[in-house]
Amino acid sequence: MTADAHSPDGAAPTAAPSVADGTATDRATGRSTVALSDVPPHSAEFLATVAARELAGRRRVFAGVGLPTLAVDLARRTIDPNVELVYESGVVGAHPEAMAEGIADSVLVSGAEAMLSMDALFGYVLQGGHVDVGFLGAAQVDRIGNINTSVIGDWRRPEVRLPGSGGASDIIASAREIVVVLRRHDPHALPAEVDFCTSPSPARARRQEGFHQPAGAGVTTVITPLGILRRPDRYGELELAAVHPGVTVAEATGNAGWDLRVRADVAETPRPRTEDVRLLREEIDTVRLYLR
Amino acid sequence: MTGSKVTGSKVTTLREAVAEHVRDGMTVALEGFGHLIPFAAGHEIIRQRRRDLTVCRMTPDILTDQLLVAGCVSRLVASFFASGSAGSLHEIRRRVERHDPAPLETEEYSHYGMYCRYEAGAKRLPFQPLLSYVGSDLPELNPRIRAVESPYGEGKVYVVPPLNPDLTIVHAQRADPEGNTQLWGITGAQAPAAYAASAVIVTVEEVVEPEVVRADPNRTLIPAHAVDVVVEVPGGSHPSYAQGCYDRDSAFYREWTPISRDREAALAWIDEWIHGTADHAAYLAKLGRPRWDGLRVAPAPSGSVSYGRRKG
Repeated sequence: MTADAHSPDGAAPTAAPSVADGTATDRATGRSTVALSDVPPHSAEFLATVAARELAGRRRVFAGVGLPTLAVDLARRTIDPNVELVYESGVVGAHPEAMAEGIADSVLVSGAEAMLSMDALFGYVLQGGHVDVGFLGAAQVDRIGNINTSVIGDWRRPEVRLPGSGGASDIIASAREIVVVLRRHDPHALPAEVDFCTSPSPARARRQEGFHQPAGAGVTTVITPLGILRRPDRYGELELAAVHPGVTVAEATGNAGWDLRVRADVAETPRPRTEDVRLLREEIDTVRLYLR
Repeated sequence: MTGSKVTGSKVTTLREAVAEHVRDGMTVALEGFGHLIPFAAGHEIIRQRRRDLTVCRMTPDILTDQLLVAGCVSRLVASFFASGSAGSLHEIRRRVERHDPAPLETEEYSHYGMYCRYEAGAKRLPFQPLLSYVGSDLPELNPRIRAVESPYGEGKVYVVPPLNPDLTIVHAQRADPEGNTQLWGITGAQAPAAYAASAVIVTVEEVVEPEVVRADPNRTLIPAHAVDVVVEVPGGSHPSYAQGCYDRDSAFYREWTPISRDREAALAWIDEWIHGTADHAAYLAKLGRPRWDGLRVAPAPSGSVSYGRRKG
């Protein structure tokens, strides 16, 4: 998906979706320039901006809590105001007046386009095939895009008990595709194979012969503090598609838990604009709940 | 739901409702998906020192962490084991990771799987299918998630068994004295969990006249025939929220994380705030007026619709 409109990798900053804010005119050349931020790639501001760009061209987004909350808010302000936010609590077409502190926040309900029962939300909206992209967090994502949000170690006596599925294993089966934001990029977060598969890739689902196969393409994009991994083939593996500024390809591949393939067209991720960072800090997450 | 339609008021006190309906060893669903969580009822279960309960909650939340600290719970049926944006539930983690102070038996689903269990329970179906879990390790972790071959030739699908609690407790904005219960905002699994249960306690912000309910029948999600007991408990969802009444006490959600990290601190909290208060009104009084005032919300009324009535 290198050249399609959904992929912002390698796009020059000035080719980013045009917004009036943050654009300045260079006096010498008379050309329009965009002020870029130098927030580090591992920062929440950087990751949220990269995640927001992933929503270009997407219509209906199933958003989880945390960085996805920031990303969808930023995307609605800078990428596409028509992105429709769907939450597992039953909210459809949220128009929050303040940043949601969770997927069941009252601000998501007031002013929403619809409040559905959870049966209608998971049954009609999600299983019915109306979600374009599901935005999930994870403790681990492996080579073929399996997600672990359940346990680290042996599940009979786990080293760490993680939150579990929540809606994730339902979302991965039926959302058209899944974008994951990882806060770590190391062999623990990106193992060759997850310790426990909470939410399976289509390749793993296919091994269960005789089953009605899920419609979703699974994890197509993983945004990490070092770069962007993509999985263009439904049954294929994750590949390094971009590295963040200041990160080498060797760092990104060397810190994965398998021999991470590098795409021929591997690009450098465009920096956030100063306006993106300002919006995140001064208008979206003013209490610094997720921007820690 | 008993099925026996008793005409007349079902209104009682929370103390009496819990004393009469909650027994040691029962399976109790306390539903409310991040909203209208029946905290006051859960706290009363702690006050009355019930033991060995199987608690069913899609999102165990702080309420389950507190019930665990207080020693009320031996088994948990759930689909998410954290506290949303506020992070880990440390009593649950201690039990599961270190069996400290005792192991906790858990039965784990995804959100939709858990919801489908209530649906199957409410409809008295032997199971309910869903499209989740193909390729997932969850069915190995929980052998009650099983597969059946579609009789219509579409391949195998996973199914979940019915969940029929002995008792379901929910909190709502309002009900009339007979139990016609109206809730709005995020409505979670309250309706199927109520219909799935043998008995239902509804706590409400306000008991209203039947005319108030009947002016807007679409908003009644749990009719009186499914409700055994009605209790008026203003502020009964604190620290969770009731849409249109008061907001979530997010500060408390953040405060609970360090409290629950230290088991002694958590036990001290239960002693001070639950055993140390006679009832929910005393708990709210201890919380203090300034804190409560900070949770109030500005009004945002719905436009009203007309149901019409036949002329003449």
